[in-house]
Amino acid sequence: MNEPTIVSFLCNWCSYEGADKAGNARLEYPANIRPIRVMCSGRVDTELVLQAFREGASGVLILGCHPGDCHYKKGNYKTRRRMLLLRKALAQFGVEPERVKVDWVAAGEGERFAKVANEMAETIRELGPLRLPLSG
Amino acid sequence: MAKPKVALYWCASCGGCEEAVVDLAEDILKVVEAVDIIFWPVAMDFKKADVEGMADGEIAVSFINGAIRTEEQGEMVKLLRRKSGLVVAFGSCAHLGGIPGLANFWNRETIFERVYKGVPTMDNPEGVLPQTRTAVAGKELTIPEFWDTVHTLDQVIPVDYYLPGCAPPPDLIMNAITAILEGKLPEKGAVLAPDKSLCDTCPLADSKPEKLSLKEVKRPYEVILDPEKCFLAQGVICLGPATRSGCGERCINACMPCRGCFGPTKGARDQGARSLSFVASLLGIEEEEKMTDEEVEKLIDQIPDPAGLFYMYSLPSSLLRRRIMK
Repeated sequence: MNEPTIVSFLCNWCSYEGADKAGNARLEYPANIRPIRVMCSGRVDTELVLQAFREGASGVLILGCHPGDCHYKKGNYKTRRRMLLLRKALAQFGVEPERVKVDWVAAGEGERFAKVANEMAETIRELGPLRLPLSG
Repeated sequence: MAKPKVALYWCASCGGCEEAVVDLAEDILKVVEAVDIIFWPVAMDFKKADVEGMADGEIAVSFINGAIRTEEQGEMVKLLRRKSGLVVAFGSCAHLGGIPGLANFWNRETIFERVYKGVPTMDNPEGVLPQTRTAVAGKELTIPEFWDTVHTLDQVIPVDYYLPGCAPPPDLIMNAITAILEGKLPEKGAVLAPDKSLCDTCPLADSKPEKLSLKEVKRPYEVILDPEKCFLAQGVICLGPATRSGCGERCINACMPCRGCFGPTKGARDQGARSLSFVASLLGIEEEEKMTDEEVEKLIDQIPDPAGLFYMYSLPSSLLRRRIMK
């Protein structure tokens, strides 16, 4: 498989269920998306995103509950702000901000999951693999 | 019994770490009573050949400050590593890359263009740039190669301990020297400073509200800070929550917010990312449910240079390490 890897952090309560729905419904989504279940999208520290890049990911997709639906009330708002700020910092590192995407997928939204995942895969395919200098 | 031999060396640094040794004041007398300083270019007249003439491991400990950005620095620290039992990365630059590490947002070519051609005070009509070899009057002059990327000391040689800070405070230096002399060192790889965040020991900690919220970000020059009140509560970014303590809260006591020179506490892999995360979490927290994406972006835009702010001392040690040059 030559597609660049996309690490996807999925919130336990909504988006992971949404991905599960997509699977159950046999919807197609790209095989280069590697799901990691987290308790909340707000758990995703920017350090985890950078670690994913350092370990070879070319894109990071963070999916949480829709605004207002967070199981912990406000975790998704924090991730929204955090990743916006990270995207700005990434541009200063010469990394395309589009390599980090935050979106919302509810537990019942299998189709939405497949759509967001496919769009992200397309974005990363266009950008090509992320080649960090100094891989040591 | 012969006294243990100690070397002190500097690489890409400002000289402040050398000053920190002098700041030991009378305590320096105790140090020279207990050890033989056999190499210290800033203060004593020993040469590279003197170090080369020593047996491998003969130096008990080398304190090396500064980041590594030239061929010469790389060569010298490898030599010192071979001759030394212990190597201590001394100060922020050796530990994390420090201020010189910010050069990793550029590379040799862009730095040379700016420094030797671009700056208004430069008079260089022929556009001459430094060369590693230059022919002068039938002779060849050489200077060390300047690297594209600034490295931390442990990216070039194995490091046994880290003394953090810009510069390390005298009490931590004395503690480290005493621990070495008494053989009471912690496990290898340890940072010789408390594993607490600066907020934990901050003199303004009591004034930190239960729930911190940054409605608006102000830069230190834009506001007269109340010296008795948590700076974050006053809308000024302070990196105390994501920075190791042990500095003596020098900046806080001088009414300046923390910029992270002590590096992260144990377990954090990327100080800048941790700092960025906590600041973004606090920013606009009061109204977060009501904000549109555009309003969030406006909030974020109050931080004009996030990478420069959050990685001020730690860029070379960060997960990304440098900018990708196109």
